[in-house]
Amino acid sequence: MDMNVKKKLGLKEKYALMTRGLGWETTYESMDAVFPQTRYEGIRIHDWDKWEDPFRLTMDAYWKYQAEKERKLYAIVDAYAQNNGHLGVTDARYINALKIFLSAVPSLEYNAHRGFARLGRELPGVGPQIACQMQAIDEIRHAQTQIHSLSNYNRFYNGFHDWKHMNDRLWYLSVPKSFFEDACTCGPFEFIIAIGFSFEYVLTNLVFVPFISGAAYNGDMGAMTFGFSAQSDEARHMTLGLEVIKFMLEQDPANLPIIQAWIDKWVWRGVRLLSIVAMLMDYMLPKRIMSWKEAWEVYFEENGMALFKDLARYGIKVPDCVELIKKEKDHLSHQAWNAFYTAGKITNFHTWLPTEEEMDWLSSKYPDTFDRLYRPRFEHYRELEKQGKRFYNTTLPMLCQVCQIPMMFTEADDPTQISYRQVTHQGDKYHFCSDHCQHIFEREPDKYVEAWLPAHQIWQGNCFAEGADPTAPDFDPLKSVLDYWHLAYGRDNLDFEGSEDQKNFAAWRAQATRN
Amino acid sequence: MPVVAIAPFVGVPKDTVDRFHGNQLLYVGWDKHLMFYAPVCLCLPPSMTFGDLVRGSLSEAWSVHPQWSSIDWSAARWLRSGEPFEPDFERSLADNGIGHKEVLRLQTPGLEALPGAV
Amino acid sequence: MSRVFIALQANEDSRCIVEAIVDDNPEAIVNRQPAMVKIDVPGRLVIRRASIEERLGRHFDLQEVHIHLISLSGHVDETEDEMTLSWDR
Repeated sequence: MDMNVKKKLGLKEKYALMTRGLGWETTYESMDAVFPQTRYEGIRIHDWDKWEDPFRLTMDAYWKYQAEKERKLYAIVDAYAQNNGHLGVTDARYINALKIFLSAVPSLEYNAHRGFARLGRELPGVGPQIACQMQAIDEIRHAQTQIHSLSNYNRFYNGFHDWKHMNDRLWYLSVPKSFFEDACTCGPFEFIIAIGFSFEYVLTNLVFVPFISGAAYNGDMGAMTFGFSAQSDEARHMTLGLEVIKFMLEQDPANLPIIQAWIDKWVWRGVRLLSIVAMLMDYMLPKRIMSWKEAWEVYFEENGMALFKDLARYGIKVPDCVELIKKEKDHLSHQAWNAFYTAGKITNFHTWLPTEEEMDWLSSKYPDTFDRLYRPRFEHYRELEKQGKRFYNTTLPMLCQVCQIPMMFTEADDPTQISYRQVTHQGDKYHFCSDHCQHIFEREPDKYVEAWLPAHQIWQGNCFAEGADPTAPDFDPLKSVLDYWHLAYGRDNLDFEGSEDQKNFAAWRAQATRN
Repeated sequence: MPVVAIAPFVGVPKDTVDRFHGNQLLYVGWDKHLMFYAPVCLCLPPSMTFGDLVRGSLSEAWSVHPQWSSIDWSAARWLRSGEPFEPDFERSLADNGIGHKEVLRLQTPGLEALPGAV
Repeated sequence: MSRVFIALQANEDSRCIVEAIVDDNPEAIVNRQPAMVKIDVPGRLVIRRASIEERLGRHFDLQEVHIHLISLSGHVDETEDEMTLSWDR
């Protein structure tokens, strides 16, 4: 039998055949009827074939490499579990950083999956369809691997037991939840600018790179492996995000103002969301590799600005919020820790005061602000602790209508003054943490008047334990709300000092090192 | 601007006053006192007197601060929606022009907080 | 000129990839952090398949880089023989 030996296809040729070759123009239905979501945002696309996928990844290669990543990941996760790897972390305070991460991030990943699955269906071009489908599969992989990893910690430590339930209810988790639901309820083009460009390209490095490297530094091989495995896909997502924005800007000059407004909005939304990551890095890693401020300078100011410099050719400007962000970087992590430390009765993780040595590290990293503004506050709390009066805030905080973060941010030029902004819309007052959140509201008030703000929902009586009677004489509202969140008072919340986690970790580590 | 949507969309405000069982939301912050990381979000009857607000909810929230007991209430200044405002302690919140989702700021000159704006 | 960067997980394969990058990009700045390596280069960074194969002693498909990748910046262009990151286009 004759066999024609064909030359192996080159990357470009293979990509062309295995992606573009899969698309077709519809005949018995109009293309507009098949792809109904591409017009209402005002974005004009003339030629979907101009789309480039620089990695030229085809589905067969995608499955091959993703399978390899999964094999590596689960080998490490198993080894970590079999070897009681959790006892190798620097100290048990660190586990609390993971409680936050794993309470918030899996649902972000899952919502990213939903968003990109929708785009894979709704965008008419074959190139973006395939790239979005790959990303949709990546994102659900991240959610799954994080949930699997979570189970290894949940066996031993408190606060991990009901992340899904808490994600829809617990006050501070409304911040990430509402961020992604805001994006998922946008049109397909705004979604991809919000998540693919503003979040993935400009900001996710700050979530996964220095923090996950920090997890490795603190002996947490489990978090390191799911974190870096996710981030290895992220590089492809970032490239997609950049490709998207170039493509949209090159297609029609009328797209520029629409895209600029989305970038302004979503860079700010993302930065506010990352406030909690700032705190994880500066306060919750017992061994620190770099401060939040340093990470910010590398990944946002240097890398992000290089990107904006490159996009200037299309007329894209650096978002206005960057001026405020520059001033906030010296304050963000401290203000966030001040909030969570004092809100320690209503958290699913433990908090603590930084040690003297840790405060010295903070003052070396934040020479202009820490000793002047934040050290005295922590010393005041230390004094109260010594008197046996560990300080807990007992009230519900006022929240920003847009980012849903408690109103804890200070004025750009006065770090002792909380920043208040408000507008009246159809007779009701709405409050914001900043000009930028206010502007987002003013552009689309009908969207944000529907915000589910936890403090308000509690006062409306929507967040008490099932069957609770708020009119009963012995009704304890705090206890009932904790029940509704599935938080056990005294076990999941309060200070690290004296916690069950602290005692268990000490006992198990002693068992691991002695007979 | 309307919401960018595939069909007309009208938002339904989630926090209108009728949802609070006869009470109304009130936010109060104590300027320059950041051991209270954010203004408090309270839910109170509009008939409550301003004096009861201070002696009740605010005292409960803030009396742990070492300066709370030193406040000279005749010298304290208030802002309502960012504007100077002189409350009448004997009259109700409603009579003081404090409606649903109003924000008040307490300023205590001479007690500009401890070092670090505690 | 803005810098581009690539960050890789620190492992046995990526050791050879990093060596190849450093040899092929004389201006490379290597920054080793826990469990990862970040390489910055002004303007343009090139990864050559041949240089990696020489060090690994086996065939290497440039798309294998995806397994070790953590992050990158710049515009990507990839062929069978080279992957480049650059801001100049």
